[in-house]
Amino acid sequence: MGPTYFNEMYEDGAIRALYAGLEGWQRGMPDELRNLKQAEAEALFRRIGITFAVYGEGGDPDRLIPFDMFPRVFTNREWTRLSRGVKQRARALNAFLADVYDRGEIVRAGRIPAKLVYQNEAFEKAVVGIRPPRSVFSHIVGIDLVRTGPEDFFVLEDNCRTPSGVSYMLENREIMMRMFPTLFRENRIEPVEGYPEQLRRTLASVAPAKCEGEPTVVILTPGHFNSAYYEHSFLADMMGVELVEGQDLYVEGDYCWMRTTEGPRRVDVIYRRIDDAFLDPLCFRPDSMLGIPGLMNVYRSGGVAIASAPGAGVADDKAIYTFVPDMIRFYLGETPILNNVPTWQCAKADDCKYVLENLKDLVVKEVHGSGGYGMLIGPRATQSELDLFAVRVRDNPGNYIAQPTLALSTCPTFVEQGIAPRHVDLRPYCLVGEKIELVPGGLTRVALKEGSLVVNSSQGGGVKDTWVLAE
Amino acid sequence: MLSRTADNLFWMGRYLERAETMARLLHVGARMNLIPDTVDGFRSEWVSILHASGTHAAFEKKYGEAVERNVITHLFFDRDNPSSVAACVAAARENARIVRTALSAPVWDALNGAYQELKGLERTPRSEISITALTEWTAKQHALASGAIEGTLLRNDGYDFIHLGFNLERADNTARFLDVKYYVLLPDTGFVGSGLDNVQWQTLLRGMQMHRAFHWAYGGDITATKIADLLILNPACPRSLLTAIEEATNHLDRLSRAYGASTRAQTAARALLAELSETRIDDIFDEGMHEFLERMKRQVADISTCVSETYLIGAAA
Repeated sequence: MGPTYFNEMYEDGAIRALYAGLEGWQRGMPDELRNLKQAEAEALFRRIGITFAVYGEGGDPDRLIPFDMFPRVFTNREWTRLSRGVKQRARALNAFLADVYDRGEIVRAGRIPAKLVYQNEAFEKAVVGIRPPRSVFSHIVGIDLVRTGPEDFFVLEDNCRTPSGVSYMLENREIMMRMFPTLFRENRIEPVEGYPEQLRRTLASVAPAKCEGEPTVVILTPGHFNSAYYEHSFLADMMGVELVEGQDLYVEGDYCWMRTTEGPRRVDVIYRRIDDAFLDPLCFRPDSMLGIPGLMNVYRSGGVAIASAPGAGVADDKAIYTFVPDMIRFYLGETPILNNVPTWQCAKADDCKYVLENLKDLVVKEVHGSGGYGMLIGPRATQSELDLFAVRVRDNPGNYIAQPTLALSTCPTFVEQGIAPRHVDLRPYCLVGEKIELVPGGLTRVALKEGSLVVNSSQGGGVKDTWVLAE
Repeated sequence: MLSRTADNLFWMGRYLERAETMARLLHVGARMNLIPDTVDGFRSEWVSILHASGTHAAFEKKYGEAVERNVITHLFFDRDNPSSVAACVAAARENARIVRTALSAPVWDALNGAYQELKGLERTPRSEISITALTEWTAKQHALASGAIEGTLLRNDGYDFIHLGFNLERADNTARFLDVKYYVLLPDTGFVGSGLDNVQWQTLLRGMQMHRAFHWAYGGDITATKIADLLILNPACPRSLLTAIEEATNHLDRLSRAYGASTRAQTAARALLAELSETRIDDIFDEGMHEFLERMKRQVADISTCVSETYLIGAAA
């Protein structure tokens, strides 16, 4: 018998109270109706254009991320705790960033090894000594959470740069409300639609001191071939700001300007959805066509704010991750509300030895990897895959971390045979500016393949609407 | 408004209009081919259609001889041909996708819907689709999109850029349509004004969905002079050169009022409008129809260049 998983809807065959409102709904939906609704949802996604465009890989460039209609539910009490934990973490991560680009007190205090911070690939020497408005580096923090028991939530990773997927949180809700209005009348579900306005306020609140009057906020996208372009344009639209590409902006004097039909217009806050390396060819990658030459000079002299601030990536590095609970204690003097997953750092000899000896029970990840690529799930790997990975870890131990295989909770999910439990995770989006805010909800990703623990959309994952019940 | 956004809107308008023109050209070609052959040794009607579409050289290179099936592929389905209906629909939709934030949901729905249906058409066996069905499909998509634009878009600068693209393209396309007639004109001028010549003019009218309008506006016999007058100089005809240039001028005027600055594009458009308003149809025949149309195409292209330089490139101050 395999491990037992926490089932979020059923407990010993009985329905947990928070899912009671979905029981009748699910029973009253014969297969034909369900297929019809599923097709309707898919048509809606296509019509709205919410596709995950993947160019250059052949196949349909407009792929849909599979949408599962069965919602995932949290009680208000569960959410209150999660929300406090997420905000706490977002505060600590920002305090860490403001510190390591300044005096580095946490390193001086010996709480984090200097090498891990200053020799980290994501540590941006170019921004040392720059203090962004309100000392905020990471304005949108996406915290990936998994659950293993009624009260057991773990942080899988932090995303301090440009976490994506929030448009799915909003559109999943829109589509559910459109298709099943009764569900929303019968259950008291906290709304998430305030997010774009909160995001706009957050961005406006970090405008540089030089900005007079209402700040001009823009979203900087790599362009319409980017897989997340829909999200960029959706957010620009919902916030009522311009969606710009690098070629639309230029630097002159102490400011950054955008090219408009009425001539140049000054830009105060750039919510960038491109990586640090591409921001400014004069400062970072010289071959970048996506950025704005000279932008970093303007940023340095306080002519423009950039969200997230260049250099924010050092806080969400997988090697730094293990120290986040220490950061919370160090900067905030608080006890961490959300726990980390126990992590072995292969860079440490003892840890590496343990990892190699227990490879078949562990999940091994590349320190800088993302998207579920380049990782090994020990219990599901073949002997030859294990051997191959052991060689890789031995060759370059510093590149790997390992974690126990977590018994990810499951949530009922529509599958071909009816309804079955599938593993889920959760990404809430925390906004940090003048205030720290979190809408009650997030993006639930679900591993649609039976038994699979990988929820990434590039690896056969889907998404669900996420409900927080009102008190 | 971002210059790039204006550029995308302008081209969205142009491609939308061009898609319909290409479909109508196909339709005209198909009808002309139903008319009994003229005299031996003359170019096939499909060749004249290809000339009018401006893609004859590309066609010859890829397909060789102008047989109907290949021409349909080339003008409707072939995405290698940037002017094919499929390429235009895809380009209009892609331009719209880039500037989703500047469009209303119904406009995006119309363009995205057209694109999704197009993919269905591409999968349908060709034996099951007639040229008429293709033309009607395209005209319908055009109507849905323009309806959504008229009904739901804010009357702001973005609206003006869409219409500028739309009308400059239409002016160019009407000139091309009339040129079809030039290309099928028989070398022996004796045919001009003959029964055959009139049949071809009528086909052209039908292709542009203008045959009813013609009768309402002119009555009597269908003559080359009346048709040319309808399509070039008649201010009531929605497809006439005069109407298209008048509309383009209006939108340029609106832009210059909104932005508080007059432009070279405005000057060029006004000059052309003034000329067309003064022209009589006999002047055009005196100049030579083909020569006149070539000049019109050039002047419309000049206005388009001015628009681009003034608004769409976004030069730094």
